[in-house]
Amino acid sequence: MSVDVAPLSTRPAPARGPLEGATPDARPTLAVWKFASCDGCQLTLLNCEAELLALADRVQVAYFPEATRAVVAGPYDVSLVEGSITTAEDAERIQQVRAQSGTLVTIGACATAGGIQALRNLADVGELAAAVYPRPDQLAYLARSTPIASHVTVDVQLYGCPIDRGQLLEVLAAVLAGRAPRLPSGSVCAECKRRGTVCVAVADGLACLGPVTRAGCGALCPAHHRGCYGCFGPQDTPNGRSLATVLGEGGMAAVDVERAFRTFATGAEAFRAATAPPIATGASPTDAAAGHGGRP
Amino acid sequence: MAGPAILPSRGLQALVDALLARGYRVLGPQVRDGAVVLADLTDIDALPLGVGDEQAPGHYRLREGGAERAFGFAATAQSPKSVLFPPDELLWRGRRTDDGFSVEPASPADDPDHRPVAILGARGCDVAAIAVQDRVLLGREHVDAHYAARRAGAFLVAVTCSDPAGTCFCASVGTGPRPRAGSDLVLTELADPHRYLVEAGTPAGQALLGALDTTPATPDDLAAADELVADATARMGRTMRTDDLPELLNASAESPRWAAIAERCLACTNCTAVCPTCFCTGVQDVGDLTGALDERHRVWDSCFSQPYSYIHGGAVRTWTASRYRQWLTHKLATWTEQFGTSGCVGCGRCITWCPAGIDLTAEVATIRELAEAHDAVAAGAPGGAPTDGGAPTPGGLR
Repeated sequence: MSVDVAPLSTRPAPARGPLEGATPDARPTLAVWKFASCDGCQLTLLNCEAELLALADRVQVAYFPEATRAVVAGPYDVSLVEGSITTAEDAERIQQVRAQSGTLVTIGACATAGGIQALRNLADVGELAAAVYPRPDQLAYLARSTPIASHVTVDVQLYGCPIDRGQLLEVLAAVLAGRAPRLPSGSVCAECKRRGTVCVAVADGLACLGPVTRAGCGALCPAHHRGCYGCFGPQDTPNGRSLATVLGEGGMAAVDVERAFRTFATGAEAFRAATAPPIATGASPTDAAAGHGGRP
Repeated sequence: MAGPAILPSRGLQALVDALLARGYRVLGPQVRDGAVVLADLTDIDALPLGVGDEQAPGHYRLREGGAERAFGFAATAQSPKSVLFPPDELLWRGRRTDDGFSVEPASPADDPDHRPVAILGARGCDVAAIAVQDRVLLGREHVDAHYAARRAGAFLVAVTCSDPAGTCFCASVGTGPRPRAGSDLVLTELADPHRYLVEAGTPAGQALLGALDTTPATPDDLAAADELVADATARMGRTMRTDDLPELLNASAESPRWAAIAERCLACTNCTAVCPTCFCTGVQDVGDLTGALDERHRVWDSCFSQPYSYIHGGAVRTWTASRYRQWLTHKLATWTEQFGTSGCVGCGRCITWCPAGIDLTAEVATIRELAEAHDAVAAGAPGGAPTDGGAPTPGGLR
């Protein structure tokens, strides 16, 4: 779950601002940190294939165990932080990362909302551990999975499961230029309409969280005729109650509506509140996968 | 100008071919992903022959339509706005140079297909909406150069609406079902035998019509078209009283209805995106990793997004209720003061494509009832205020 090499020094973090290069080779340094997560978001950085050489010209990849064993000691100009905080050890380590980082960017639903592992926050995690592991007494964990911003100051948040590579490049370009990144905060619907995707909810009755979900993915799932499953978390003024009512009135069972809101951004308060207490519907529970392709 | 003519059923292909031969990019209605949308058209067999649609608040489905009709459906999912006023438009590029930077305005060559567009199948509501956008984007001191260039080259072939949907109310606002002036050609699709009544609205339309193999329309043809229009007018799914709108909405700023609507409104911006007259945009700067190139784009924005009302220090309209109020009041009331025309053309798209099914015609009627009840109470008449108007108005709705 956690990396074993953490080249953290006790030097202070560099000052923030346009990055002119803090290392002898004049390129700003980039570090990529992993907490409780699946690695998919850091893989997005490696997936920027066409841009990797240009990126390497602009930054020195100083710490990125998934890509290279070469390690440059901190502090770091830019830190990308993936994953949520689920152990006492990680709660301590994120403080060290913060102290070593100029601009700290959280990447992904785990880092920004606690991830799918935040489902434990709604249950007795001891019971879950006993159900899964033969020797739960050997585990050391916190009762809740929490986002990075619950522990340290975060400069930029990149949402999604996984993050969008275009947004990642935009943030890196913005940090390098010393400007604010351009990250939309409105709904996924706006992106569907801009790209000309026919609404999968209105025209096909698919369960879609697009109206309450933050833009940034380019409305990827609806473009492939799937409902948005809300992995970017809430848009800036979400009305989860209304959407939950719409889904219920469309015939979706209350338990399925609740599950639709409780996936990758289950730790987001607006999604939790959307179905608390459960809304009343006339339908019975179904086995359909809620929220993603389910037809109410 | 020559009078109305009859184009035989297959003659429509000759019309499309003539437009293509004149260098137009022809866009026409076609079925894509479960809806009728505007798409590139070269062959009239790609038109939605025998396809109809079913539209209701928050609901759209294709259905079987009249077997012989190629235009037997109502409003397309997106209006021609998406073509003439596209959702993302490059404005200029900036490049870093040895001694500073240079700026190049966008040119037509930046558009991969920069032929002038011919839009086949625009409805009365669409034609009226283009006229509204002309006023907004061309009729003021600062002309929108990008829209002007597209609009000047555009050729409009409107089609009389024979099958209005459940969310249509063009007859209430006087924009249809027969398209008003503004298009180059107007087609009316007639049956038994399948043929098109063609009327030219401009010299350009007249010239094109003259190049087609047509016969003069007979009184029977004209009567059949009138009958079709009367039939469609009678089948509008919705109505909206319009004579009192500016007064009503301007006097209803504190109506309790706004908060009730906000309970349902998702602030998702779908209504403004599909509205054929909504024109609010934002600009986005897109830089590359090297810092050598920057592009400024204009993208559709919406008064329903909170950042849209952001000024120094914060957003002006922080409540969804205040944003819905802004949109509806602008569309139906202050638009008239600003541009001399209503912003609503009765296409019903904002009703159909609202995931929560909010119906502006119903909301206007409710706001009117509440206002009348309020006035009655103020006048001391019996009856009292209605109790179903929703939550009390938040103090100082913003």
